[in-house]
Amino acid sequence: MDGNSSALNKGLRESPGAIHKDPDMVIFGFWVFMMSDLIFFGVVFAIYITMIGATAGGPGPRELFDFGSLFAQTMLLLTSSLTVGIATITMKHQRSQGSFLFWVVVTLLFGLGFLTLELLDFSEMAAKGGIPQRSGYLSAFFGLVPLHGLHVSFGCLWMLVMIAQVLTVGMTDLVKLRFLRLALFWHFLDLIWIGIFSVVYFGGWVYG
Amino acid sequence: MAEKSGFSAHLRTYLTGYVLSVVFTLAAFWAVLALGKEYKSVLILVGLLGVAQLIVQLKCFLNVTTQREGRDNLALILFSTLILLIIVLGTAWIMGNLAMRMHTTM
Repeated sequence: MDGNSSALNKGLRESPGAIHKDPDMVIFGFWVFMMSDLIFFGVVFAIYITMIGATAGGPGPRELFDFGSLFAQTMLLLTSSLTVGIATITMKHQRSQGSFLFWVVVTLLFGLGFLTLELLDFSEMAAKGGIPQRSGYLSAFFGLVPLHGLHVSFGCLWMLVMIAQVLTVGMTDLVKLRFLRLALFWHFLDLIWIGIFSVVYFGGWVYG
Repeated sequence: MAEKSGFSAHLRTYLTGYVLSVVFTLAAFWAVLALGKEYKSVLILVGLLGVAQLIVQLKCFLNVTTQREGRDNLALILFSTLILLIIVLGTAWIMGNLAMRMHTTM
Protein backbone atom coordinates (compact mmCIF):
# COMPACT_ATOMS: atom_id res chain seq x y z
CA MET A 1 0.00 0.00 0.00
CA ASP A 2 1.83 3.13 -1.18
CA GLY A 3 0.56 6.62 -0.49
CA ASN A 4 -0.73 7.07 -4.02
CA SER A 5 -3.05 4.08 -4.02
CA SER A 6 -6.23 6.17 -3.98
CA ALA A 7 -8.63 5.49 -6.83
CA LEU A 8 -8.15 8.97 -8.31
CA ASN A 9 -4.38 8.80 -8.60
CA LYS A 10 -4.41 5.31 -10.07
CA GLY A 11 -6.25 6.33 -13.21
CA LEU A 12 -4.24 9.47 -13.78
CA ARG A 13 -0.86 7.76 -13.77
CA GLU A 14 -1.84 5.23 -16.41
CA SER A 15 -3.05 5.54 -19.98
CA PRO A 16 -6.68 6.68 -20.44
CA GLY A 17 -7.79 3.22 -21.63
CA ALA A 18 -6.52 1.64 -18.42
CA ILE A 19 -9.06 3.60 -16.37
CA HIS A 20 -11.88 1.41 -17.68
CA LYS A 21 -10.05 -1.74 -16.61
CA ASP A 22 -9.36 -0.70 -13.04
CA PRO A 23 -12.33 -2.01 -11.00
CA ASP A 24 -11.85 0.51 -8.16
CA MET A 25 -11.93 3.35 -10.66
CA VAL A 26 -15.06 1.98 -12.36
CA ILE A 27 -16.86 1.66 -9.02
CA PHE A 28 -15.72 5.14 -7.95
CA GLY A 29 -17.04 6.53 -11.25
CA PHE A 30 -20.36 4.88 -10.60
CA TRP A 31 -20.47 6.51 -7.16
CA VAL A 32 -19.97 9.88 -8.88
CA PHE A 33 -22.98 9.12 -11.09
CA MET A 34 -25.10 8.09 -8.09
CA MET A 35 -24.21 11.23 -6.17
CA SER A 36 -25.18 13.42 -9.15
CA ASP A 37 -28.46 11.49 -9.24
CA LEU A 38 -28.80 12.21 -5.51
CA ILE A 39 -28.55 15.95 -6.20
CA PHE A 40 -31.22 15.58 -8.90
CA PHE A 41 -33.50 13.86 -6.38
CA GLY A 42 -32.64 16.56 -3.84
CA VAL A 43 -33.95 19.31 -6.12
CA VAL A 44 -37.22 17.42 -6.66
CA PHE A 45 -37.52 16.84 -2.89
CA ALA A 46 -37.01 20.59 -2.35
CA ILE A 47 -39.84 21.36 -4.80
CA TYR A 48 -42.10 18.89 -3.00
CA ILE A 49 -41.37 20.43 0.42
CA THR A 50 -42.30 23.93 -0.83
CA MET A 51 -45.50 22.51 -2.35
CA ILE A 52 -46.85 20.86 0.83
CA GLY A 53 -50.21 22.47 1.49
CA ALA A 54 -50.56 23.84 -2.07
CA THR A 55 -53.52 21.59 -2.78
CA ALA A 56 -55.70 24.32 -4.38
CA GLY A 57 -58.83 22.80 -2.81
CA GLY A 58 -58.03 19.37 -4.24
CA PRO A 59 -57.39 16.17 -2.28
CA GLY A 60 -54.38 16.27 0.08
CA PRO A 61 -52.18 13.66 1.78
CA ARG A 62 -54.80 12.76 4.42
CA GLU A 63 -57.33 11.75 1.77
CA LEU A 64 -54.89 10.12 -0.63
CA PHE A 65 -52.20 8.20 1.24
CA ASP A 66 -52.61 4.50 1.99
CA PHE A 67 -50.13 3.56 4.72
CA GLY A 68 -50.84 -0.18 4.38
CA SER A 69 -49.69 -0.15 0.78
CA LEU A 70 -46.80 2.18 1.68
CA PHE A 71 -45.61 -0.25 4.35
CA ALA A 72 -45.81 -3.21 1.94
CA GLN A 73 -43.85 -1.26 -0.70
CA THR A 74 -41.22 -0.29 1.88
CA MET A 75 -40.75 -3.88 3.05
CA LEU A 76 -40.57 -5.23 -0.52
CA LEU A 77 -37.89 -2.74 -1.51
CA LEU A 78 -35.93 -3.22 1.71
CA THR A 79 -36.01 -7.02 1.34
CA SER A 80 -34.92 -6.73 -2.30
CA SER A 81 -31.95 -4.68 -1.08
CA LEU A 82 -31.02 -7.62 1.18
CA THR A 83 -31.42 -10.22 -1.59
CA VAL A 84 -29.32 -8.24 -4.07
CA GLY A 85 -26.68 -8.12 -1.33
CA ILE A 86 -26.86 -11.91 -0.93
CA ALA A 87 -26.47 -12.23 -4.71
CA THR A 88 -23.37 -10.01 -4.49
CA ILE A 89 -21.71 -12.14 -1.82
CA THR A 90 -22.58 -15.39 -3.65
CA MET A 91 -20.77 -13.85 -6.62
CA LYS A 92 -17.80 -12.61 -4.57
CA HIS A 93 -17.31 -15.99 -2.92
CA GLN A 94 -17.73 -17.82 -6.22
CA ARG A 95 -20.71 -19.93 -5.22
CA SER A 96 -22.54 -21.72 -8.03
CA GLN A 97 -23.96 -19.72 -10.91
CA GLY A 98 -27.36 -21.26 -10.13
CA SER A 99 -27.54 -19.83 -6.62
CA PHE A 100 -26.37 -16.44 -7.90
CA LEU A 101 -29.10 -16.38 -10.54
CA PHE A 102 -31.66 -17.52 -7.95
CA TRP A 103 -30.98 -14.47 -5.77
CA VAL A 104 -31.03 -12.13 -8.78
CA VAL A 105 -34.43 -13.50 -9.83
CA VAL A 106 -35.73 -13.15 -6.25
CA THR A 107 -34.57 -9.52 -6.25
CA LEU A 108 -36.22 -8.93 -9.62
CA LEU A 109 -39.51 -10.37 -8.33
CA PHE A 110 -39.41 -8.12 -5.24
CA GLY A 111 -38.69 -5.16 -7.50
CA LEU A 112 -41.61 -6.01 -9.79
CA GLY A 113 -43.84 -6.52 -6.72
CA PHE A 114 -42.87 -3.06 -5.50
CA LEU A 115 -43.69 -1.51 -8.89
CA THR A 116 -47.05 -3.30 -9.04
CA LEU A 117 -48.08 -2.01 -5.60
CA GLU A 118 -46.88 1.47 -6.46
CA LEU A 119 -48.90 1.57 -9.69
CA LEU A 120 -52.00 0.25 -7.85
CA ASP A 121 -51.46 2.99 -5.28
CA PHE A 122 -51.26 5.65 -8.01
CA SER A 123 -54.42 4.37 -9.70
CA GLU A 124 -56.29 4.48 -6.36
CA MET A 125 -55.06 8.03 -5.83
CA ALA A 126 -56.29 8.93 -9.32
CA ALA A 127 -59.69 7.39 -8.51
CA LYS A 128 -59.95 9.79 -5.55
CA GLY A 129 -59.17 12.75 -7.80
CA GLY A 130 -55.42 12.78 -7.05
CA ILE A 131 -54.05 13.38 -10.54
CA PRO A 132 -50.94 15.45 -11.37
CA GLN A 133 -52.95 18.24 -13.07
CA ARG A 134 -55.15 18.83 -9.99
CA SER A 135 -52.79 20.99 -7.90
CA GLY A 136 -49.22 22.13 -7.44
CA TYR A 137 -48.92 19.72 -4.55
CA LEU A 138 -49.96 16.75 -6.67
CA SER A 139 -47.70 17.82 -9.55
CA ALA A 140 -44.77 17.84 -7.12
CA PHE A 141 -45.81 14.45 -5.71
CA PHE A 142 -46.06 12.89 -9.16
CA GLY A 143 -42.79 14.51 -10.17
CA LEU A 144 -40.93 12.83 -7.33
CA VAL A 145 -42.38 9.41 -6.44
CA PRO A 146 -42.72 8.05 -10.02
CA LEU A 147 -39.19 9.36 -10.70
CA HIS A 148 -38.00 6.85 -8.11
CA GLY A 149 -40.33 4.23 -9.65
CA LEU A 150 -38.75 4.90 -13.04
CA HIS A 151 -35.32 4.25 -11.52
CA VAL A 152 -36.61 0.96 -10.09
CA SER A 153 -38.03 0.02 -13.53
CA PHE A 154 -34.65 0.63 -15.13
CA GLY A 155 -33.02 -1.41 -12.33
CA CYS A 156 -35.37 -4.30 -13.21
CA LEU A 157 -34.48 -3.97 -16.89
CA TRP A 158 -30.78 -3.93 -15.95
CA MET A 159 -31.35 -7.14 -13.93
CA LEU A 160 -32.94 -8.86 -16.94
CA VAL A 161 -29.94 -7.85 -19.06
CA MET A 162 -27.54 -9.20 -16.42
CA ILE A 163 -29.42 -12.53 -16.28
CA ALA A 164 -29.17 -12.78 -20.08
CA GLN A 165 -25.45 -11.96 -19.98
CA VAL A 166 -24.69 -14.54 -17.27
CA LEU A 167 -26.58 -17.19 -19.26
CA THR A 168 -24.80 -16.38 -22.53
CA VAL A 169 -21.22 -15.38 -21.61
CA GLY A 170 -21.02 -16.70 -18.03
CA MET A 171 -19.54 -14.99 -14.95
CA THR A 172 -16.71 -13.10 -16.64
CA ASP A 173 -14.90 -10.26 -14.83
CA LEU A 174 -16.75 -7.71 -16.94
CA VAL A 175 -20.15 -9.22 -16.07
CA LYS A 176 -19.20 -9.29 -12.37
CA LEU A 177 -18.18 -5.63 -12.45
CA ARG A 178 -21.47 -4.72 -14.15
CA PHE A 179 -23.41 -6.61 -11.50
CA LEU A 180 -21.51 -4.85 -8.70
CA ARG A 181 -22.67 -1.53 -10.14
CA LEU A 182 -26.25 -2.80 -10.41
CA ALA A 183 -26.14 -3.84 -6.73
CA LEU A 184 -24.86 -0.37 -5.74
CA PHE A 185 -27.63 1.24 -7.82
CA TRP A 186 -30.27 -0.97 -6.19
CA HIS A 187 -29.07 -0.21 -2.64
CA PHE A 188 -29.01 3.49 -3.57
CA LEU A 189 -32.68 3.31 -4.63
CA ASP A 190 -33.55 1.97 -1.20
CA LEU A 191 -31.73 4.94 0.37
CA ILE A 192 -33.85 7.32 -1.75
CA TRP A 193 -36.96 5.42 -0.67
CA ILE A 194 -36.15 6.15 3.01
CA GLY A 195 -36.30 9.85 2.06
CA ILE A 196 -39.56 9.31 0.18
CA PHE A 197 -41.48 7.61 2.96
CA SER A 198 -40.08 9.97 5.62
CA VAL A 199 -40.46 13.29 3.78
CA VAL A 200 -43.10 12.73 1.08
CA TYR A 201 -45.52 10.45 2.89
CA PHE A 202 -44.98 11.18 6.60
CA GLY A 203 -43.99 14.83 6.19
CA GLY A 204 -46.89 15.43 3.79
CA TRP A 205 -49.35 13.60 6.02
CA VAL A 206 -48.37 15.44 9.22
CA TYR A 207 -48.22 18.91 7.63
CA GLY A 208 -50.72 18.58 4.76
CA MET B 1 -12.81 -23.11 5.03
CA ALA B 2 -11.46 -19.57 5.30
CA GLU B 3 -13.60 -18.60 2.34
CA LYS B 4 -16.66 -20.07 3.98
CA SER B 5 -16.18 -17.96 7.11
CA GLY B 6 -15.75 -14.91 4.86
CA PHE B 7 -19.06 -15.72 3.23
CA SER B 8 -20.95 -16.07 6.50
CA ALA B 9 -19.30 -12.93 7.90
CA HIS B 10 -20.51 -10.97 4.86
CA LEU B 11 -23.95 -12.53 5.15
CA ARG B 12 -24.11 -11.57 8.81
CA THR B 13 -23.28 -7.94 7.94
CA TYR B 14 -26.16 -7.80 5.43
CA LEU B 15 -28.59 -9.50 7.82
CA THR B 16 -27.63 -7.11 10.65
CA GLY B 17 -28.26 -4.17 8.32
CA TYR B 18 -31.58 -5.64 7.26
CA VAL B 19 -32.84 -6.29 10.80
CA LEU B 20 -31.83 -2.80 11.98
CA SER B 21 -33.50 -1.24 8.91
CA VAL B 22 -36.73 -3.15 9.59
CA VAL B 23 -36.70 -2.01 13.24
CA PHE B 24 -36.14 1.65 12.27
CA THR B 25 -38.87 1.45 9.60
CA LEU B 26 -41.39 -0.09 12.02
CA ALA B 27 -40.54 2.55 14.63
CA ALA B 28 -41.09 5.36 12.07
CA PHE B 29 -44.45 3.95 10.92
CA TRP B 30 -45.57 3.39 14.50
CA ALA B 31 -44.55 6.92 15.56
CA VAL B 32 -46.48 8.57 12.71
CA LEU B 33 -49.60 6.43 13.03
CA ALA B 34 -49.75 6.70 16.83
CA LEU B 35 -48.66 10.30 17.38
CA GLY B 36 -48.74 12.02 13.97
CA LYS B 37 -52.29 13.34 14.27
CA GLU B 38 -51.62 15.38 17.44
CA TYR B 39 -47.91 16.15 17.42
CA LYS B 40 -46.13 17.66 14.43
CA SER B 41 -42.84 17.23 16.30
CA VAL B 42 -43.09 13.49 15.59
CA LEU B 43 -41.33 14.38 12.32
CA ILE B 44 -38.12 15.04 14.27
CA LEU B 45 -38.24 11.43 15.47
CA VAL B 46 -39.00 10.22 11.91
CA GLY B 47 -36.04 12.26 10.63
CA LEU B 48 -33.67 10.81 13.23
CA LEU B 49 -34.86 7.25 12.46
CA GLY B 50 -34.39 7.94 8.73
CA VAL B 51 -30.84 9.21 9.24
CA ALA B 52 -30.05 6.20 11.44
CA GLN B 53 -31.35 3.87 8.72
CA LEU B 54 -29.33 5.71 6.05
CA ILE B 55 -26.14 5.27 8.09
CA VAL B 56 -26.86 1.57 8.75
CA GLN B 57 -27.51 0.90 5.05
CA LEU B 58 -24.45 2.87 3.91
CA LYS B 59 -22.31 0.83 6.28
CA CYS B 60 -23.85 -2.63 5.93
CA PHE B 61 -25.19 -2.65 2.34
CA LEU B 62 -22.99 -0.16 0.47
CA ASN B 63 -19.81 -1.00 2.43
CA VAL B 64 -18.88 2.63 2.99
CA THR B 65 -16.08 2.77 5.54
CA THR B 66 -13.97 5.37 7.27
CA GLN B 67 -10.92 3.17 6.58
CA ARG B 68 -8.13 4.50 4.41
CA GLU B 69 -9.08 2.57 1.23
CA GLY B 70 -12.62 3.95 1.32
CA ARG B 71 -11.74 7.61 1.86
CA ASP B 72 -12.39 8.73 -1.74
CA ASN B 73 -15.93 7.38 -1.61
CA LEU B 74 -16.56 8.87 1.81
CA ALA B 75 -15.27 12.31 0.74
CA LEU B 76 -17.51 12.18 -2.34
CA ILE B 77 -20.56 11.17 -0.30
CA LEU B 78 -19.98 13.83 2.36
CA PHE B 79 -19.46 16.57 -0.24
CA SER B 80 -22.60 15.53 -2.14
CA THR B 81 -24.53 15.51 1.13
CA LEU B 82 -23.33 19.05 1.84
CA ILE B 83 -24.58 20.23 -1.58
CA LEU B 84 -27.84 18.35 -1.01
CA LEU B 85 -28.42 20.00 2.37
CA ILE B 86 -27.66 23.46 0.97
CA ILE B 87 -30.18 22.92 -1.85
CA VAL B 88 -32.97 21.38 0.24
CA LEU B 89 -32.64 23.37 3.47
CA GLY B 90 -31.87 26.58 1.55
CA THR B 91 -35.01 26.16 -0.57
CA ALA B 92 -37.19 25.34 2.44
CA TRP B 93 -35.79 28.35 4.33
CA ILE B 94 -36.19 30.90 1.53
CA MET B 95 -39.59 29.71 0.30
CA GLY B 96 -40.90 29.28 3.85
CA ASN B 97 -39.78 32.79 4.74
CA LEU B 98 -41.40 34.13 1.56
CA ALA B 99 -44.68 32.36 2.34
CA MET B 100 -44.67 33.80 5.86
CA ARG B 101 -44.06 37.36 4.63
CA MET B 102 -46.70 37.02 1.91
CA HIS B 103 -49.15 35.69 4.56
CA THR B 104 -49.92 32.61 2.50
CA THR B 105 -50.70 29.44 4.40
CA MET B 106 -47.97 26.86 4.61
